[in-house]
Parts: sequence; structure tokens; C-alpha cells
Amino acid sequence: MALLEVKNLGISFGGLRAVNGFDISIEKGQLYGLIGPNGAGKTTVFNLLTGVYKPDTGSVVLDGQDITGKKTIDISKAGIARTFQNIRLFKDMSVLDNVKAGLHNSHTYPVLSGIFHLPSYHKVEKEMDERAMELLHVFELDSEAGTLAANLPYGKQRKLEIARAMATNPKLLLLDEPAAGMNPNETQALMDMIRFVRDHFDMTILLIEHDMKLVSGICEALSVLNFGEILAQGRTSDVLNNPQVITAYLGE
Amino acid sequence: MKKKFDKTAKSNAITYGMVIAFWVIIQIMIYTDNISSLMKGLLVPVCAYAILAVSLNLTVGILGELSLGHAGFMCVGAFASAFFTICMKDVIPVAGVRFTLALLIGAASAAVFGVLIGIPVLRLRGDYLAIVTLAFGEIIKNFMNILFIGRDSQGLHFSTKDSVALGLEPDGVVLLKGPQGITGTSKDSTFTIGIILLLITLFIVLRLIQSRDGRAIKAIRDNRIAAESIGINITKYKLMAFAISAGLAGIGGVLYAHNLSTLTATSKNFGYNMSIMILVFVVLGGIGNIRGSVIAAAVLTVLPELLRSLSDYRMLIYAIVLIVMMLFNWSPAALEFRERYSLKRLLHKNKAKEAA
Repeated sequence: MALLEVKNLGISFGGLRAVNGFDISIEKGQLYGLIGPNGAGKTTVFNLLTGVYKPDTGSVVLDGQDITGKKTIDISKAGIARTFQNIRLFKDMSVLDNVKAGLHNSHTYPVLSGIFHLPSYHKVEKEMDERAMELLHVFELDSEAGTLAANLPYGKQRKLEIARAMATNPKLLLLDEPAAGMNPNETQALMDMIRFVRDHFDMTILLIEHDMKLVSGICEALSVLNFGEILAQGRTSDVLNNPQVITAYLGE
Repeated sequence: MKKKFDKTAKSNAITYGMVIAFWVIIQIMIYTDNISSLMKGLLVPVCAYAILAVSLNLTVGILGELSLGHAGFMCVGAFASAFFTICMKDVIPVAGVRFTLALLIGAASAAVFGVLIGIPVLRLRGDYLAIVTLAFGEIIKNFMNILFIGRDSQGLHFSTKDSVALGLEPDGVVLLKGPQGITGTSKDSTFTIGIILLLITLFIVLRLIQSRDGRAIKAIRDNRIAAESIGINITKYKLMAFAISAGLAGIGGVLYAHNLSTLTATSKNFGYNMSIMILVFVVLGGIGNIRGSVIAAAVLTVLPELLRSLSDYRMLIYAIVLIVMMLFNWSPAALEFRERYSLKRLLHKNKAKEAA
């Protein structure tokens, strides 16, 4: 059975049918791409999957658990983590604290323990520090642990956002245009990193991207959205050679 | 990482040390009789205002929500505790025990109001939240002005009209007399108690900020949507921060109330002027900077009295000091100047010279 099984997902904003009859099935460990022209509804799909919007129709099943219409917090706990198209970091917090915030639900102690520094505080904080530093090490950010997130260069901010998402220990990682604003060298490094995350954490990844080099380079399967509906779906090479996709999105 | 921990621990130690040093200096001044009676009268209010500034900074600086009704929570704490004290005056003769209980009741009732106000209000953001909290502060203050409470053998009587409407038995006493407030509260607050309460407030706030829960609160401030996406419960942490902030403001109110023999709710002490005043302490001390709040509250409370000799020019100078403090805190040139001539830097330089 697939890790993520989405059937007939749809939502309307007023009279606009933003997403209609969206089906997708992602296997565990797959690197899956979601592409399409601007305004096709890609980010809306992400928002539906993460509970920012409640779908009008359809169902979302993650690892056998029905998460349709659940709240963002519960979906995060169920195992979906995401990054954002426009980077959303905790800017006035350190890089380390950004990742530690991601560990919020997996490492807990009572409020009073935090105020009076009871043994559980020291124990859990130490575990959090170690786990966060491990993650930062993977993303090559460990030397910046004390820096304010706002002061990181752009590429590292993108990395930190992925590190924070990974801190929630997800089953499925959603990346919303990870290569936006990057030069070809940075994009290449990002491709390597995404592949590494998949292999190192045995992660399943669904990503939105406009950079065709990245998409054709790392995605094993693709879905193409156009006007809220699926235009084509399947193996990357098949989809990219589909005449309909070429007309609607890629250009002759 | 160890280093980072040391840095925050050190910064906290400086904050506590500063408060204790202030206490020692004032004690010496009192002992050597070098302090005017006017200043003496300001010592407890300074502590109360510093507590309020720290607690408001938790809402404004750490939670990132603008509240203009902080004097309202102070008012709740003040009246709840003063009412308790006057009821229990004969039952609990030991001042220390009575005051401790009054403190808990003041803080708890203010925190309860914080939750009650917070549930509907924290759905709002920015300007809207400011307007609603402003209204709340005014409502509390005005409600205290029309509330009459009396006691006789039948128990407590409440009225919002006048003391006659309470319908007391001949031997009954009116405890809360609307606009005349509560009279006869014992003056249990002292400067030392004020400093202890300020230290407790600082302890709670600083420790909270650096805990897991504080991280969640700051994450909500920095980016609500991202915080939600990593599974942080927005409503819970907003309410928690707001309630703690209100409860601490209640403590400030208790301290304030027990420094007076007559407690009344006027626009001067619990109105929006007061709320704005506390906000000024927070903004000038630096939003999110807890130590700054304490310093700003102390300086700006004492300053008008120190300038009393300048009579007509007093408020003019006060305004200039406000502007200068603001510039010193935030202008890039001043920041650079402070960086260049900071104590740490100078010490470092000397060390380097010695080494050479």
C-alpha cells in the first residue's frame, strides 16, 4: 500500500474551483514531483494536504491513517512536514532554536519543570540539543548554530527550513519550490541534498518545482496540474514527453 | 552550545545582580538617611511598575501581541487582593501569611481574567487586539467605580447602584464603596518585598523564555503559519503567555494596592494612561529585552520626581529624556558607538595591551 493515498481531492474558493478531482499515490521512499503553470493550484494542494484548507471533496490517507480535514497540528503529528515557497523561518531565534522548535512535540517536559529547571528539563534539553546538532550537522549548518536565522544567507535559510521540517520526524516531506531564487550551482547542491535526505532518512518526498533540470534530475514520478486538474501523471520521462504537457506548460 | 548556555545564564545573572545592587544602594541610602521622603514613597511603586513592564514585555516582546489593557489586569489583582486583605484582617492576624495569600489571590484572579479575555481576543491580531484590550482595561476600571460590596451576618452583598441598595443589616460594613474604593487596607508592601517580587517575576519570565514552551511562544511570534506547520498549538501557547503575563501584572497590582491605605480606581492609576505608560517602559527598554524593561521602568518612574526642582520645565526635560533614550537604544549610529565603547570591548583591549 502506498504511503500517501489521495483520492478525488477538491476545494472551491467562492466560484473558483481551485483544485478538482486530484488523485495521487506516492510509494514509500519515492521522490515525487508536482509541476504545472503558475496558478494551477500546486500550493493549494500542499495546503490541503497539511490542513491549512479543509477539502470540499475527497480523502487523504497517510500510511493507512485517514487525515482528511484534520487540523494542521494533528497532520504534523501524523507525519507530514513541509517547507514554504516564501521562506518562513523563526527569524529572531537562533539556528539551533529553530530546529529545537521542530522537536517540540517529540521532546516534552512540563512548564514548571522549565521554570524551576527540574531534572527532566536538563535531561530533555540535552537530548534536544544533541538531536538538533545532529540534524544541523547533516545539513552542514552546525557551525552556524548560534547565528540568528535572519542573518543566514539565502541558500542556508532554505536548508534550515528543511532541517526544521525534518526535526518533526515526518513520514512525508513536502517541499514547496525549494530551488526558487537559486543559481545553477546552488540548485545542483540542493538536488544532491534532497537525494541525500531521501537516502539518509529513508524519506518520502513530494516537491513542487519550476526548475525542469531539478525535476527531471531527481524526481522518479510526476503529476502535472493545470487549472486545478491533473493533466498527466506517471514516470518522469513519460510525463515530460507527453504532448499535452508540452503544450500546456513546457512550451514547444 | 555550552558557550551559548553560559551566555544566557550570565545575562540572567546580570539582570538579577542589577536588581539586588539597586536594593543594596537604596538600603545604604536609607540607613545613612540620604534619601528624601518623596523618593522613599516612590520605592514600592518603582518595583510595581518594573513588575508590570516585565510582564507586559512577555506579551509584547515575546508573544508579539500588542496589549493596551495591562493596567486592567493590574486593577483586577489590586482589588481582588485588597478585598481579600480587608475581609481577612481579623481572621488572619499575621501580616506575612495574609499578604502571601493576597498575592496568590491577586495573581490568580488576574490570570483568570487573562484567560477569559484571551480566549476571544487572541483570535484577533495587531490593531484589533490593541483596541479590545484597551476597552477591557477601561471596562474593568469603570466597573470597579460602580461596584459596592458589603458584609453583614448574612454574608456578602453586592450592588452596582449605591451602598444603600446593598440592604445591609445595621451592623453591616461596606467594604468596597464604588468610587471611594477600599479603605483601611493594611500597608503590607515594603521596598524589600517589592524587590523580592520583582526578582520572582524576572525568574519566572526569564526561565520561561528559555524553556521549550518559551521557544514555542517565540516561534508563534516569528511566524504563526510555520509554527503551526511543525505542530505547535497556537491557541494553547498564546493563552499561556497571555495568562502568565496577566497573572504577573496582578502581582504588580497587589504590591501597588498594599502600599496605599485607600485604593480607588481612577484613570490615573488604572486607566489607559497607565497602560500606555507601561508600554512606554517596554518600548524604551527594548521590546523583548527584559532587563531593559526594568531599567526603563525605574528611571522613568523616578525621573519626574528628581526633576521636581525644575518645576515648569519638568515635563519638557522628561520628554527630551524619552527621545534621547529612544535614540540611544535604536539609532544605528548610537548602536555603533555603544559597540565601539562597550565595557567588554575596553576590557578586552586592555588585556590585549597587557599581553603585548
